[in-house]
Amino acid sequence: MANRCAVIGVGQTHYTTKRRDVSIAGLVRESALRALDDAGLSFADIDAVVVGKAPDLFEGVMMPEAYLADALGAAGKPMTRVHTAGSVGGSTALVGASLIQGGVHDRVLVVAYEKQSESNATWALSTHLPFSASLVVGAGGYFAPHIREYMRRSGAPGHIGTLVAVKDRLNALKNPYAHLKIPGIDQKMVESTPMLWEPIRYLETCPSSDGACALVLSSESKVTGTPAWVHGTAMRSEPIFRAGRDTVSPQAGKDCAADVYRQAGIADPRRQIDVAEVYVPFSWYEPMWLENLGFAAEGEGWKLTESGATALDGDIPWNASGGVLSSNPIGASGLIRFAEAALQVRGMAGDHQVDGARTALGHAYGGGAQFFAMWIVGREKP
Amino acid sequence: MPSDPLLAQHVLEFPGGYTRTTGPVVGRFLSELRGRRIVGVRTKEGKVLVPPLEYDPASGEPVTDEYVEVGPAGTVTTFAWVDEPLAGHPLDRPFAWALIKLDGAGTALVHAVDAGNPKALAAGTRVWPAWSDHPTGHITDISHFVPEVTKIVANVRAEYRLQAGGALRVFLEGVERGVFLGGRCGTCEKVYVPYRASCPECGNAIPDPIELPDTGTITTFAINNLPDPRAPQVPFVSAYILLDHADIPMIALVGDVPAHEVRQGMRVRAVWVPEGERTASMANVRWFAPTGEPDVELS
Repeated sequence: MANRCAVIGVGQTHYTTKRRDVSIAGLVRESALRALDDAGLSFADIDAVVVGKAPDLFEGVMMPEAYLADALGAAGKPMTRVHTAGSVGGSTALVGASLIQGGVHDRVLVVAYEKQSESNATWALSTHLPFSASLVVGAGGYFAPHIREYMRRSGAPGHIGTLVAVKDRLNALKNPYAHLKIPGIDQKMVESTPMLWEPIRYLETCPSSDGACALVLSSESKVTGTPAWVHGTAMRSEPIFRAGRDTVSPQAGKDCAADVYRQAGIADPRRQIDVAEVYVPFSWYEPMWLENLGFAAEGEGWKLTESGATALDGDIPWNASGGVLSSNPIGASGLIRFAEAALQVRGMAGDHQVDGARTALGHAYGGGAQFFAMWIVGREKP
Repeated sequence: MPSDPLLAQHVLEFPGGYTRTTGPVVGRFLSELRGRRIVGVRTKEGKVLVPPLEYDPASGEPVTDEYVEVGPAGTVTTFAWVDEPLAGHPLDRPFAWALIKLDGAGTALVHAVDAGNPKALAAGTRVWPAWSDHPTGHITDISHFVPEVTKIVANVRAEYRLQAGGALRVFLEGVERGVFLGGRCGTCEKVYVPYRASCPECGNAIPDPIELPDTGTITTFAINNLPDPRAPQVPFVSAYILLDHADIPMIALVGDVPAHEVRQGMRVRAVWVPEGERTASMANVRWFAPTGEPDVELS
């Protein structure tokens, strides 16, 4: 049986289009110091550092972990870099947690970041190697056909995506760290924005953000402050090209959810989980993941969204923080989900706190919906 | 020149220029400038005047003899943008007259800022002096100020030599002949296209390639409204096309049909470039076009 692990510190930067005032090192340090401050600790109290970020091509800094050791107080300590595309923030937290659960370390600093303003993610994701004629332009170009297929299979009405786009941005207005703040956003405004990769509209996509997020993870004996206890951790992956692969509801996602629910003793996620922070970079991924994660039966996820169940005042709020649709420093986006889940069960989520949240899901996915990372955190010890 | 005999040009200029006796305070300031240092002078109240004055404008008292090195960087407190510089201006391109509070100074100095455009400046912008090449002890020893360096451009470039080998070579040589080559896994019997050497599901080696038809069915697609150099126009349709007898779709362009008439389940056929223009590249397939057959019902 794994040792107990708790989140005892959370630190975030204010997510924004361009952080022109800090270097990458300054950015990650800002989040790390806030997490340490939250835990009442300093770099000297940390045994190991785990860093995550998305492809190096985003900033053009190769092996950034080598350069970031100083900024993260990692001199003389083990330092590991994790990369699993968009899910990397989640995977980074899980690698950090495994160092505690395996009894290797007592306190681990986990940091993930992206400084998207240093280049252009769509360029970095569309490098067009010779010999191939792939016409996929950026992440939106990749995911749009799978969203279309979801709409066909489920028969979901076309406005469901706009509901999520509005709901998450309204939540963001309550989160001081959120990037997009669009007061007065409504369905009409979302519908008035152009189709980029039909069926994806401009306001149904995530922004490009600069930002970093950090967690301090602790073993049971070294807990300080207010802990969020880790009740389950799981990662799964599958090849992007595989005959019969369900790109709408990938098997790896279902398997990952089943594993993390089993560890946390969750049989009915809709009822047993109080709040979920789920990686939704395009609005339609809310109903799609509602099904993939077992919150709704196949083909029924959009009905849950439409009913308002996933709103902040619904019975199973999704992305109370505003989610990836409101803040997207890609490498950090997964870790922010994990961090927000922890904040909720610690009762420290501020204006977007879900009353009485005791059990929360943090979720991230990446690549061509082929890498999954999830954890369940709770107010009580497992 | 003027054609009106009653209109004349007249220049009033003291030959050689006036002298200005600086006095000790301003003289010190200019001497320091010649050494590429900026100093202010402290008043009896302790304020550092930059540029130094002989008498404190607030009290009328003489200033002290304490000179304080300030800057060289400072902060813009306010500015006026000059779109069309005049002959006597320090810069011959649009610039700003700015009040600059140098670090350590108690007052702001007026000088020119070369910022390119007014959006690059705001109250709070950090600026640094650009010195003239040959300082002489004059305010123009500071040619102008420039915004602080806040970013650099890193030209990262990696050049690769890509050799299409193994299974990809087999596939592309097929494409050069105008056929799609796939492979059937000996274990799970799934047919992969493009041809590959091993099955991603089973990990087993895939035996010799098999020829697949160039017809198939659109399983799903995106209508792209963002331009792309490889697409003939905007919007363009990128589709997942399941070739007949294959078990995995290929992503390709759909053409010869308006974007909004493309359907899931639509039957399509590859449109090859003329034989004489073919190469071992997917560019051989211009796009897939509707065959006109009835749509396939998708599960």
